[in-house]
Amino acid sequence: MSVSEDVARRAPARRTATHDLTRTSGIGLGVTMIWFSLLVLVPLAAVVATAAAGGLGGFWSAISNEQTAAAIKLTVLSAFAVTVVNIVVGTTISWVLVRDGFPGKKLLELVIDIPFALPTIVAGLVLVSLYGNDSPLGLHVANTEYSVFLAFLFVTLPFVVRTVQPVLEQLDPEIEEAAASLGASRLTTFRRVVLPALVPAIAAGAALSFARAVGEYGSLVLLSGNLPFRSEVTSVRILAAIENDNRSSAAAIATLLLLISLAVIVLLDVVQRRVARRG
Amino acid sequence: MTYVLRVVVVAYLFLLVAWPVSLVVTHTFAHGDEAIRAILEDPDMQSALRLTAIAAVVATVINTVFGVGVSLLLVRNEFPGKRVVSALLDLPLSVSPIVVGLALVLVYGGRNGWLGPSLESAGFQVIFSTPGIIMATAFVSLPLVIREVVPVLHELGTEQEQAAASLGASGAQTFWRITLPSIKWAVVYGVVLTLARSLGEFGAVKVVSGNVLGSTRTATLAVEEKYLNFDQEGAYAIAFLLASVSVLAILVVFVLRSREARHH
Repeated sequence: MSVSEDVARRAPARRTATHDLTRTSGIGLGVTMIWFSLLVLVPLAAVVATAAAGGLGGFWSAISNEQTAAAIKLTVLSAFAVTVVNIVVGTTISWVLVRDGFPGKKLLELVIDIPFALPTIVAGLVLVSLYGNDSPLGLHVANTEYSVFLAFLFVTLPFVVRTVQPVLEQLDPEIEEAAASLGASRLTTFRRVVLPALVPAIAAGAALSFARAVGEYGSLVLLSGNLPFRSEVTSVRILAAIENDNRSSAAAIATLLLLISLAVIVLLDVVQRRVARRG
Repeated sequence: MTYVLRVVVVAYLFLLVAWPVSLVVTHTFAHGDEAIRAILEDPDMQSALRLTAIAAVVATVINTVFGVGVSLLLVRNEFPGKRVVSALLDLPLSVSPIVVGLALVLVYGGRNGWLGPSLESAGFQVIFSTPGIIMATAFVSLPLVIREVVPVLHELGTEQEQAAASLGASGAQTFWRITLPSIKWAVVYGVVLTLARSLGEFGAVKVVSGNVLGSTRTATLAVEEKYLNFDQEGAYAIAFLLASVSVLAILVVFVLRSREARHH
């Protein structure tokens, strides 16, 4: 995912000559920034401004509504659990993709990217057909709190894999062989040699995966049943507030979501920098 | 140990992705091609598919022009606030689709949005209409072209462009004959990914569209509506059409990438 970091690591050599703005690029910058503001910045500012207009009291009463608070708790806990699973499983998958070789490995590469491109409503539909009421596996996850976990797991699958994989590809196996020849066990080698090099990439992937999960909506609509206090997530509460024409409350919950995503991105950026400095 | 990991990974991906996705195909063709044909012959579904295609294509064109422009500006120029702009451009990927929809309604909503009432009195309706659907789609897929093009531009350097300029090429000539051919594949990947993401947008479109049958109902909204109305076959058939396009998109990028890797 973080293509820029990956390439920066791979080819740090050539320094790009940049220059101050010419007239043409000045106009270009102006036009693109106006469009970007109209499409993204002003609307997001409107969300925060609408939330702020209700004051701190309004904000608090919107998010402390019992049903909303339950939804927020479920969303954040599930997103956290999914991120932890992705850190472990995602790193394992990229390890297998880089270091192992077997027929059909290319097919796995393809399968990993499917959740990126598959429409979320279709993702929900396919999960219902395998884990819903007429599950061929006999697993009835639909309409339970675990459905939220399952949907998050599906849509966030590629993030850690795709950030860790390029870093692992650049890692020289000789260093690991050296560690092994000095008597380090495979586990020690992984923990002391490989893992430190991967931590920044894992953190970046984890941040993306958490942010994506916290705001997820489409894949849950058919799967979770949106049962209050059981399987209802935060985005569903925002949508309900919009449909009831309760804009300030919708904006308050939305602002909280934006803040949570922002906090996680900043936190993991700090982790990343700290590890990079130590390494 | 290697063997165990391999089996675990294959089993995980099979249970989480491959098996569920394959069920779309089997459910759709449970009664032959009847379900697909019914969808393609239904005028409401035709208009839903058409709307989805129009919104996705327009959003992709906008994001491609914008994305290539912004990438060039970011990599080739220095200006105050560049780091902030670069960070903000990734923002759409971490915003909930429902929040995207809400944000657009708050600004462009016809009744009490920030800009909506003035736009509407000028005869331009955004929310509950096609422009709103296009904006929601463009918002969610905005960074995808930029993320592909920026690293390639960085790697490319400016030597060739400077050579062209020193030989008297104009800025436009340099762009069309030197820069664009070198970033061609990155742009293609970006376009394919943007298109796939745009076709599948659901949450943001649901908020801004009003979901009116035959006029502002997109294909993804039709999947939900059909499923909730117990027309499972119809839902699976539209889902199959959408899923085919997205799997095809991944396949295209995958084949092009492995071809490119072999050339290097």
